[in-house]
Amino acid sequence: MLPVIVFLPWLAVPLFSLAARGPRSLAPWLAAMVDFVALAGLLTLAPSVFDGHTLTWGLSWVPQIGLTLSFRLDGLSFLFALLILTIGLLVVLYARYYLSDEPRLDRFFGLLMLFTGAMLGVVMSENLLLLFIFWELTSLSSFLLVGYWSHKPGARDGARIALAVTGSGGLALLAGIVLLGQVAGSYELTQVLAASARVHASPLYPVILVLVLLGAFTKSAQFPFHFWLPGAMAAPTPVSAYLHSATMVKAGIFLLARMYPVLAGSDLWFYALTGFGLVTLVFAAYQAMFRHDLKGLLAYSTVSHLGLITLLLGIGTPLSAVAALFHVINHATFKASLFMAAGIIDHECGTRDMRRINGLWRFMPYTGSLAMVAAAAMAGVPLVNGFLSKEMFFGEALALERGGGLQWILPIAAVMGGVFSVAYSLRFIHDVFFLDRPLQTPRTPHEPPRWMRIPVEILVAVCLLVGLFPGFSVQALLTVSAQAVLAGPPPEFSLKLWHGVNVPLIMSVIALTGGVLLYFLVQYGLDLHSHVQGRNLAKRAFDRSVLGIAAVTDALARRAYGGGMTSGVTLTILTALFVGLFPFFTSTTSTGTAQTHPSDPMALSVFALMCAASVGIMFAHRRRLAAVIVLSVVGLTVTLAFVYFSAPDLALTQLSVETVSILLLLLALHYLPQDAPPETAVDHTVRHFLLAGVVGGGVGWLTWAMLTRPFVSISDYFLSNSVPQGGGTNVVNVILVDFRAFDTYGEITVIAIAGLGVAAMLAALRLPRRRADESGRAWSRETSFLPLDLLARLLLPLALLVSMHLFIRGHNQPGGGFIAGLVAAVAIVLLYVGSGAKWSSARMKIDFGATAMSGLLVAAATGIGAILLGAPFLTSAYGYAHVPLIGKVPMASAMLFDLGVYLVVVGSTLLILTRLGLSGDAEEARQP
Amino acid sequence: MSMELLISISVGVMTMAGVYLMLRARMFSILLGLTLLSYAVNVFVFASGRLRIGMPPIIGAQHTYADPLAQALVLTAIVISFAMTAFVVVLAIAAYTRLGHDRVQPDREELDR
Repeated sequence: MLPVIVFLPWLAVPLFSLAARGPRSLAPWLAAMVDFVALAGLLTLAPSVFDGHTLTWGLSWVPQIGLTLSFRLDGLSFLFALLILTIGLLVVLYARYYLSDEPRLDRFFGLLMLFTGAMLGVVMSENLLLLFIFWELTSLSSFLLVGYWSHKPGARDGARIALAVTGSGGLALLAGIVLLGQVAGSYELTQVLAASARVHASPLYPVILVLVLLGAFTKSAQFPFHFWLPGAMAAPTPVSAYLHSATMVKAGIFLLARMYPVLAGSDLWFYALTGFGLVTLVFAAYQAMFRHDLKGLLAYSTVSHLGLITLLLGIGTPLSAVAALFHVINHATFKASLFMAAGIIDHECGTRDMRRINGLWRFMPYTGSLAMVAAAAMAGVPLVNGFLSKEMFFGEALALERGGGLQWILPIAAVMGGVFSVAYSLRFIHDVFFLDRPLQTPRTPHEPPRWMRIPVEILVAVCLLVGLFPGFSVQALLTVSAQAVLAGPPPEFSLKLWHGVNVPLIMSVIALTGGVLLYFLVQYGLDLHSHVQGRNLAKRAFDRSVLGIAAVTDALARRAYGGGMTSGVTLTILTALFVGLFPFFTSTTSTGTAQTHPSDPMALSVFALMCAASVGIMFAHRRRLAAVIVLSVVGLTVTLAFVYFSAPDLALTQLSVETVSILLLLLALHYLPQDAPPETAVDHTVRHFLLAGVVGGGVGWLTWAMLTRPFVSISDYFLSNSVPQGGGTNVVNVILVDFRAFDTYGEITVIAIAGLGVAAMLAALRLPRRRADESGRAWSRETSFLPLDLLARLLLPLALLVSMHLFIRGHNQPGGGFIAGLVAAVAIVLLYVGSGAKWSSARMKIDFGATAMSGLLVAAATGIGAILLGAPFLTSAYGYAHVPLIGKVPMASAMLFDLGVYLVVVGSTLLILTRLGLSGDAEEARQP
Repeated sequence: MSMELLISISVGVMTMAGVYLMLRARMFSILLGLTLLSYAVNVFVFASGRLRIGMPPIIGAQHTYADPLAQALVLTAIVISFAMTAFVVVLAIAAYTRLGHDRVQPDREELDR
């Protein structure tokens, strides 16, 4: 059940692209169904969670690094999953109406599901590495959601900064998790949480803690990383209501709570969490008062409340942990409803600027009442849920028994934070709904549609329910989740509305009256609306450092490549030379005494030909046609070397690739100038020649050193297992399609991508049809060459037969998919050359791109077939089949894979050559 | 002169020619250099399995075989270098069509400007 709950949202994501074709309300309905089903699944597990059981489910994934696909559900996971799914459901409902003008609802809800799945994964992971993966996925999917309106610069900026901050925090978290797993001896939470003593005793403990805190603090927007959250307010409001109240920003808090049993209890934990939490709480609450943007106020308020929760987790008593979890619930409910209310106001007024929206009470009293209850919860007014957790916080602040001066600072700061939060909550209500100044809104406001209010109503009802009957509504949930955080017996506490007159109550009264006085003083005394918002120092520091890094890398790149490509290549070669020369001077013996083979006159003459051709190209490279022909000589000598030194497969491959390569270069010469004037100054030429000589000499020396040293190979394994395990005697082919088939799969993917890339580039390019070369000599108008034409047509069936033969015997004799594919491609290209591209392409009814893609599919299907049979990806099987007349024929599943290779090679090669050959024609056809 | 020495010098000469051509200022020369350089690299990797005469890695009568691993590596490398060359060829053509020249190094005057 656990993996079903986690993966349900992701499984639904592809459905959204189908939903795009259906009616508009299909996508939100689908999203609501997913949330609802997952929620129902979660609730069926509630009884055993409330009995105190920790449910786990696991599957081995990458055992070598300790990564398992394992999930757990304890009280803490349950609490967060419940929040994610219920608020998710309400947000889906809300977004349906909020985004009624949006053209692509399917995309929005698909992204929302992506995020929901990632978030569920974070809170339900049993494995720490898995948790990290989901953690990063929340950052990525929230990047897409915050930047959803990507045409707005603010949205792009906000998304980018949020990703940069939470992403770099994620990297720190990964380092922390890896260290933690090393110290604890496992990445499974069950074992890690039990290894508290060992982790605390480790000298690495401070490092682990700091790294994990960096992850949590960036995610939960703690000072000084808080600045990304106000920037992320450029997101559509349903996204803010979801990500920035209940889920994404709570992931950091969740991490602190999750790690509580193993990392909490030290002085470092205490001071770091209370310190940063306290600063965040007070600073952000103060800042919130001066925001003119409704959502900006809410964002700073969120930062402040997150600080409060961090602080509570830092205090470290059982009751403070309970208070922290309680506040998680309360904040999620009232903040989500406030974001939704802000969205309604924005939606109906066309602006969120509190200097322009005033006196809305006359227009939307119903929304106003809802917002008032939620804002009261935010301020901590009695009878609403925020009051209860704030009382608990005040109580814990007073009861602090450690920390020296903090004993005094904490209660005072707590009241200060309370005063500010009352003031900004009051501003949210008074400034927007009352404060009778003339309205300057782009639209005339009115109450929103019925369905847009329902999610707000439900959330506000929860605020009241919890506020009035806390024992009845949340006591059990809090007990079981606190038990998971404390990893011990459930703490004793009772939630009551009235505890009698005590110090926390007096602190609340001070905060309430102080906050009201402060607000009216600021609003009327200091003329709040004329207040100019100060610049955000943390954000400016961030922007500066980003610009600084960009300037440095820019200057480096300019240095390296500013003078053009040649200087970049020179730099690369010099670097390689430096690194390569180093061992020459440090090692004492460079060449060995392995036995060598004597040469013969034949070898010497081929060698001489190769050297002459290579050097010839160096001097003749400007006469391009000649250079290409001489280049093919080099290729043929290389082929001969392969033949001579026992590599028949390589020789066949080189020979056929040589053919298509030379054709390719000749085709290129059709579009490029045939001859090039001398370009580089003479001193450069000399310098380049010297550099090339040194590099060539070094590489030659290296080869000599390698060839004369003793040789130990790992190939004995392949040689002795090729027949028994792979069922083939051609070891090279068995390696390609069986032992290292996964590598080959990657390689044919590259080949297919290159083919598609060439086709795509040529499609975007308007190549002029050239009727003459650079010097004005007209191209021949003959499109076919009769002798070759006849020969090609005659040869084609024979060549295809040879190709089939090479393919079928490839597992046992030289041949196989690569070679057979190239031979087929050469045969077909010959037809194009002989009979003319137009004539041939009119008769060739095959889509080469589709051929290449089907090859990839065949190869992948072979691999997946192995998985379905219970073996790892691309495991091969073989046997023999009796075919009438032919007899016993070896059949290996690897041959099917080889067929995939064959199709990719044929398809890509022909795609490249025919598209290149036909580009000019296509252009001519386009412009008659 | 042993076979090993011949191969070593061949790899050296092809590398030299390849590097020299890659330093030319014209795209087409760079293409030629790239092709030569990939010949050199392929032969080098192939030679790392050592030179064997008359021992193709086809399981059969004989007892020793040439190293099949180096050959398998080089086989795919040959095909991939063709695909890569094709990609660069089209890049070169695109650059020439758009810019009207196939220099990769700006002119002196262009640098001064």
